[in-house]
Amino acid sequence: MPLYYDDDQTMLADTASAFMAEEGSIKNQLRHWRDRNCKDGFGHALWKQFAEMGFTGMLVDEDDGGLGMGQVEANIVLEEIGRNLTPSPFLSSSVLAATALKHGSNDVKGRWLPDLLSGDKVYGVAIDEGRKHRPERIACKAEKSGNGFKLSGKKDFVVYGASSEMIVVAARTSGSDDDADGVTLFAVPQDASGMSHDSVRLVDSSMASHITFDGVELDGDAVIGEVDGGRDVLNAMLVAGRVGSAAEGVGVARGAMDMTVDYIKQRKQFGKIIGEFQALQHRASHLYSEVEIARAVTVKAAQLVDGGSEKADLMASVAKAKVAKVAGLAVREGVQMHGGIGMTDEYDIGLYMKRDRALQEFLGDQYYHAGRVAEMSGY
Amino acid sequence: MSDSDLEAFRAETRAWLEANCPPEMREPVRDEDDIYWGGRKATFKNDAQKAWFEVCRDKGYTVPAWPKEYGGAGLSPAEAKVLRQEMAAIGARPPLSSFGIWMLGPALLHFGTEGQKQRFLNEIARGEIRWCQGYSEPGSGSDLVSLQTFGEDKGDHWVVNGQKIWTSYADKADWIFCLVRTDKDNKYQGITFMLYDMASEGVSTKPILLISGSSPFCETFFDDVKVPKSYGEDIPAQVGEVNRGWDVAKYLLGHEREMISGADGGNTGTIGAALTRANGEIDPVLRAELAQFDVDALAYGAMGEKFLDEIKVGKAHPAQPNMMKYAGTELNKRRHELIMAAGGSHALEWESEETSGGKPSRNWLRTKANSIEGGTSEVMLNVISKRILDLPGA
Repeated sequence: MPLYYDDDQTMLADTASAFMAEEGSIKNQLRHWRDRNCKDGFGHALWKQFAEMGFTGMLVDEDDGGLGMGQVEANIVLEEIGRNLTPSPFLSSSVLAATALKHGSNDVKGRWLPDLLSGDKVYGVAIDEGRKHRPERIACKAEKSGNGFKLSGKKDFVVYGASSEMIVVAARTSGSDDDADGVTLFAVPQDASGMSHDSVRLVDSSMASHITFDGVELDGDAVIGEVDGGRDVLNAMLVAGRVGSAAEGVGVARGAMDMTVDYIKQRKQFGKIIGEFQALQHRASHLYSEVEIARAVTVKAAQLVDGGSEKADLMASVAKAKVAKVAGLAVREGVQMHGGIGMTDEYDIGLYMKRDRALQEFLGDQYYHAGRVAEMSGY
Repeated sequence: MSDSDLEAFRAETRAWLEANCPPEMREPVRDEDDIYWGGRKATFKNDAQKAWFEVCRDKGYTVPAWPKEYGGAGLSPAEAKVLRQEMAAIGARPPLSSFGIWMLGPALLHFGTEGQKQRFLNEIARGEIRWCQGYSEPGSGSDLVSLQTFGEDKGDHWVVNGQKIWTSYADKADWIFCLVRTDKDNKYQGITFMLYDMASEGVSTKPILLISGSSPFCETFFDDVKVPKSYGEDIPAQVGEVNRGWDVAKYLLGHEREMISGADGGNTGTIGAALTRANGEIDPVLRAELAQFDVDALAYGAMGEKFLDEIKVGKAHPAQPNMMKYAGTELNKRRHELIMAAGGSHALEWESEETSGGKPSRNWLRTKANSIEGGTSEVMLNVISKRILDLPGA
């Protein structure tokens, strides 16, 4: 498969780009909700529009009412989300939770998919249990209890957790914390008794929850996939989420870079347009090269996911690590080249820096993923 | 071509390579004389090298994608890719390396007359003439267009005077493709892209010893060299029009940059695993650097793949080779810094059996030229600023 978009994908990219620039713009969404101190951190009306566009069910099979598209298509939408800093549960709900539900029984799908597709509800995922992403270790426990399970433990960084009608929770049903086996995924409804949220606003003004499960009772039909055999589904979720988050990061990097290049073409100092200075030109050109490379490897990773390649896991980590580095460079150069104005809240460039910081941490930062690349390469 | 045709071609190619590529030619290149460059003065290192070259030449596999009438095999891009993949799978060495294949050939295919193609492309494909490139001059490196070597029009010939520098393997080359100023009043449209024999009277070369201790490069001097304007019917000595050689040079620099950048996938490998295996214990901070490098190398590999895919369908930005060259050469320099660091004192050995005569340190030093030759990294960044980012005054 060539590493560029085919005609359908190009059309989708044009549609998503126009839609997000119009409806999902920084002014209409991020600033709007942030300035109102919105408890959700995103707009439900926009989310309904996502559903009308078919975005919510891109990764849901056609038989289940979705569009049956792939990671490449989801990434196209995510890149535009990143570019416009559009706050939305797309990554957590339509990529991560949807990937989990794909592996659910018909009962599980029947219960949760319609509301996901219609945009009436959003879903979250609870994977991390500490301040850094370490999904190899799952300590949160689900013990057999009657016909179901009793869930205890804590989860961190549950994005839009308080707004999520259901949360996919990775818990341990057997074995010890570091075992690959013995992990089970559960669809935990928002109103489950014994579940408490501590919802906090993050630096990028998105919302995330610390969640405590205190003997939460779950029916057997809350299980997604196989009891004790949830690791494969979890890994599929992680790969989709990482590649998706890389795509959003590419969007953030491109948005910041475009804004910065545009700015240095306008701004005058010392009687010259500052974009004439070679010191800035070379840094901008270096940044351009890096962004192109980050984008290429993200498309590559998405294609490998769609092709079911065994290299998808490695390339997902390469993409996540590369994008994190490059998007970090893009936002730092962005703020610096904007000068003092870049430090003001009024200008958008700082918003890119904040979103990048949150995105880098989500599903593993560049250090975690470079480390995985080393391990998968055998050193 | 359908997928099944392509699979049939793959099976056929695999069988052909199995039958025709000698085992000795499936070993990695270790020394300069493992590479066959062709030309009048060429000798083969051994029978296997000779056999491999001749069988490829006869099948058009020295230049597989060139048309058959010019000595190629006329393969489609898809077929050429299959051949590359199958050769890579068995570790087959290129049967012939040459600036004629990499640089002059593409320029002739694009700009040459039919007579030039018939003669020169066939000679290149058959490895009969070894070419060198006369571009840089003392004082005209990055600012190539300021070159001073002058060809005076004498009616049926030119008389060329001047000096070139960094002419790779000029001392071993038979002919030169050379940029010569033919109009002193016109900077860009006063350069002619000329082809002439290095055995002509007045041509002399002198090797330049480099920090790596070797010398692929030469200084080349032209002292009243008489260059005929024609080598026969429809075979002018210049490529393109007189005074319009800059167009050819620019086209060709694009090819050179792709080559140096390793956009063909040759330079994108990871190194962490091999270096850790070969050198034993690695400091944790170095291990982290290796991991970061591998991330960058794999990402660059994807970029190379994307770049080639886009070139095939004309989607690549014309200045994209500059970006590939910049990123690729900087990456390659970093690669060799890490190889030196992981190798420790053993990698410092300039002359020892273990290092095959100082390979790690000589290669490390050689890579420092990557971001200078074929346009410096700074020039690449200038081009990106101007042609892609459209920055003012760039």
